[in-house]
Amino acid sequence: MLQLKRDTQDKLLLGAIWSSAAITIVFLLWVVWHILSNGLSHVSWEFITGAYTRIGEASGIWSMIVSTVYMVGLSLGIAAPIGIMTAIYLTEYAKPGSKVVQVIRFCIESLAGIPSIVYGLFGMTFFVTTLGLGFSILAGSLTLSMLILPVLIRTTEEALLAVPMAYREGGYALGSSKVYTIWRLILPSALPGIVTSVILSIGRVIGESAPVFLTAGMVTQIPESVLESGRTLTVHLYKLTQELFTQHEWDQAYATATVLIVLVLILNLATKLIATRFK
Amino acid sequence: MNKLEVSNLNLFYGETHALRDISLEIPARQVTALIGPSGCGKSTLLRTLNRMNDLISGVKISGDVTFEGENIYSDVDVKQLRMRVGMVFQKPNPFPMSIYENVAFGLKAQGIKNKKHLDSVVEESLRGAALWDEVKERLDTPAFGLSGGQQQRLCIARAIAMQPEVILMDEPTSALDPIATHKIEELMDELRKKFTIVIVTHSMNQAKRISDKTAFFWMGELVEYGETSQVFNQPKDKRTQGYVSGEFG
Repeated sequence: MLQLKRDTQDKLLLGAIWSSAAITIVFLLWVVWHILSNGLSHVSWEFITGAYTRIGEASGIWSMIVSTVYMVGLSLGIAAPIGIMTAIYLTEYAKPGSKVVQVIRFCIESLAGIPSIVYGLFGMTFFVTTLGLGFSILAGSLTLSMLILPVLIRTTEEALLAVPMAYREGGYALGSSKVYTIWRLILPSALPGIVTSVILSIGRVIGESAPVFLTAGMVTQIPESVLESGRTLTVHLYKLTQELFTQHEWDQAYATATVLIVLVLILNLATKLIATRFK
Repeated sequence: MNKLEVSNLNLFYGETHALRDISLEIPARQVTALIGPSGCGKSTLLRTLNRMNDLISGVKISGDVTFEGENIYSDVDVKQLRMRVGMVFQKPNPFPMSIYENVAFGLKAQGIKNKKHLDSVVEESLRGAALWDEVKERLDTPAFGLSGGQQQRLCIARAIAMQPEVILMDEPTSALDPIATHKIEELMDELRKKFTIVIVTHSMNQAKRISDKTAFFWMGELVEYGETSQVFNQPKDKRTQGYVSGEFG
């Protein structure tokens, strides 16, 4: 009797586990299929490389792609070096458990938990107004780099901590300096993990909308410098969904979403590839 | 002539008194074996000789360790010290790079870039570690492709490349099979001609086979230190006798 009860419980639990996994997969495929089936037919070379026009059939997203690339490049250009060096400080230099480390950790964890719109508000007051950068790619990138820093630091830290202690000992035992050992031995060993965290951060930059349009604005032209406003793909999609009146506007929205989904899928594949290639 | 001299050395890990008033002299170009049960402090002592304990926080040291008459905790730069006192670890720890780059790592860290010079040191070191003939065709392949014994000899080559005076070995064969162990022991017989070797070992047979002097540690104390044949055949202390006869430990 008791045995029977155990068996039933096992079966129930197993069923719950299986159906949860199935639900996850079904939902993912459903979302992707929904977007692609509505959008893919409207993605054309002209759509990708064309200029945006508010009215008229031949509207494109080229300026949004350029703005997105600028935003990704500049945000990572600012956040990646700072994040990686902070992680190096925390894992290799700071005394574990010291006051400084505790304070930095607390800051990082708190920063990671703040809703992104709050960063947007801060960016808009500080970078856009106080520093006088205006609504610009630069102001947006600075805001986004603050947003991605905490996760970047944490994931890089984990990659560094995963490097065997034996490498450090081996390096130091040869009389190598700490900087050389970190630069030539520990960082290269942690590189796959660091690259993965950078790629995930790229996904985050692409995915944000609210803090971006609060700081980089929504101008649909190709920004000529980082001090000009630009509209990223995600902001563009947000904007499009605000005014869905004609079928053409729906198509535009789905086509933009398709481009975004494909981009994110490519990024995820790249992450997988890098993670497995180095193993 | 003594290469290293330890006098009245005490070491604490936080509250734990890991080494108690150790004094011993390590002669040049001989093999000195440190033996004793696990946790007796032999590896800790080894790691004070090239200041590897510096990497562990909460370690406190009193007493003196001198290397050729210079106090290694005050007179010598730690990087210089570690170039002159090399180390081979318990588990082979080749770096995730090619065989060549492994051996050249220490030299490159010193800013040596001359390819010819590096080539010749790499070859010489690999020959010195009895590994050259096995790897000369594949110097550019990853070191992880080598067997455990080969990896350990690679680590020895990496240490020799710095032309140290002393090589510290922390149970260098405990992760290896008997054949690979035998090769390393043969190699040590060659190395003793040029280097001063201090080896921590769990194997009393190994200590007997390869060492000139043996130091027996017990609970952080140096119980007995002398010629290997004396320590094993006519131990003066009861604890030594018990340990070397295999009664405990």
